Amino acid sequence: MRLVDIFARRRSAKFAQQRLQILLMHERTAGTQSDLIPILREEVLAVIGRHVTVDPDKVRVKLERGDDVSMLEIDIEVPTPLGRNAAFVRSAEIPVHAAGRGPI
Amino acid sequence: MAQVLVVTSGKGGVGKTTSTAALGAALARDGQRVVVVDFDVGLRNLDLVMGAERRVVYDLIYVVQGAVRLSQALIRDKRIETLFLLAASQTRDKESLSDEGVSRVIGELRQTFDWVICDSPAGIERGATLAMRHADLAVVVTNPEVSSVRDSDRIIGLLDSTTEKAKRGERMEKHLLLTRYDPVRAGRGEMLGVDHVLDILSIPLLGIIPESQEVLHASNMGSPVTLSNPTSAPARAYSDAARRLKGEHVPMMVPSDRSTLLNKLFGRRAA
Repeated sequence: MRLVDIFARRRSAKFAQQRLQILLMHERTAGTQSDLIPILREEVLAVIGRHVTVDPDKVRVKLERGDDVSMLEIDIEVPTPLGRNAAFVRSAEIPVHAAGRGPI
Repeated sequence: MAQVLVVTSGKGGVGKTTSTAALGAALARDGQRVVVVDFDVGLRNLDLVMGAERRVVYDLIYVVQGAVRLSQALIRDKRIETLFLLAASQTRDKESLSDEGVSRVIGELRQTFDWVICDSPAGIERGATLAMRHADLAVVVTNPEVSSVRDSDRIIGLLDSTTEKAKRGERMEKHLLLTRYDPVRAGRGEMLGVDHVLDILSIPLLGIIPESQEVLHASNMGSPVTLSNPTSAPARAYSDAARRLKGEHVPMMVPSDRSTLLNKLFGRRAA
């Protein structure tokens, strides 16, 4: 156990570097509009929530910024009323009869 | 001719004030005319690190507001006659620093000095952006630790967007000063290494300052580390960094306090 601990300690710098790389890639692309994601998340949640019960933790908003085009990806996991596998509503392609209380 | 340099970091406690004092003193010792300016209004400390805390009568805010002439507020160092301090105010708030006033004072300092070194407050608020606004080049002080690296990345973004130089469409010159570095721990993979930090921040390296007891000793004594013990490891690292700022080519290395170890072996107390 002790040896494992020492081994893990000795790799912590690499782990720190990887964490920073992932974090900063996100922060740099978000740039000055870092508030955009949480605002979108809240508003999308409010709209969907009027018709379907959505768990706030099951909504993911991601913005990938490219040189020419940016991709806004919104994943919302909606529970089915019959308790079957959760339906996955993705991006802007939200189907009219998404599993939920009825037509959206 | 004059170079306005901002020492900045985003994160607090990484060594901005220590580095400002050490680099300023090293440049002045080489004959350059240097002024170190404390922008940390309300939490000034550069006067203390420089050992001039009892000599402050007028500060930056008096000069910015036009209440006194610049020459009345400049404090000449007792050890090096080409080194000057412009202290921050301890009692006024930072809102008393007007953009126009700061611009005028920096312009006046450019007339008199070779180097105007601005010690930035921590954070990314107005005090920090004001300290960097008129800079020609920046020294980004970073510890080999995740939160410091992240904040440095943020500061680099601000240097490239909010400074006068960036607004004119010019490239802001930025240098990394890695402080509190422990080469042994980095070698063991326990601490972010120089290459890790350079890879993430992608700005040129100005120097690596090793973790050392000399830094605390120097601030206790009210002396820049480059003056209190010029042969110590951090002092040599800062002196090398100062020479690189002047454009000299100095091989990059991490000095170590081997002499201190020898002193210990011979039972003498390290200075």
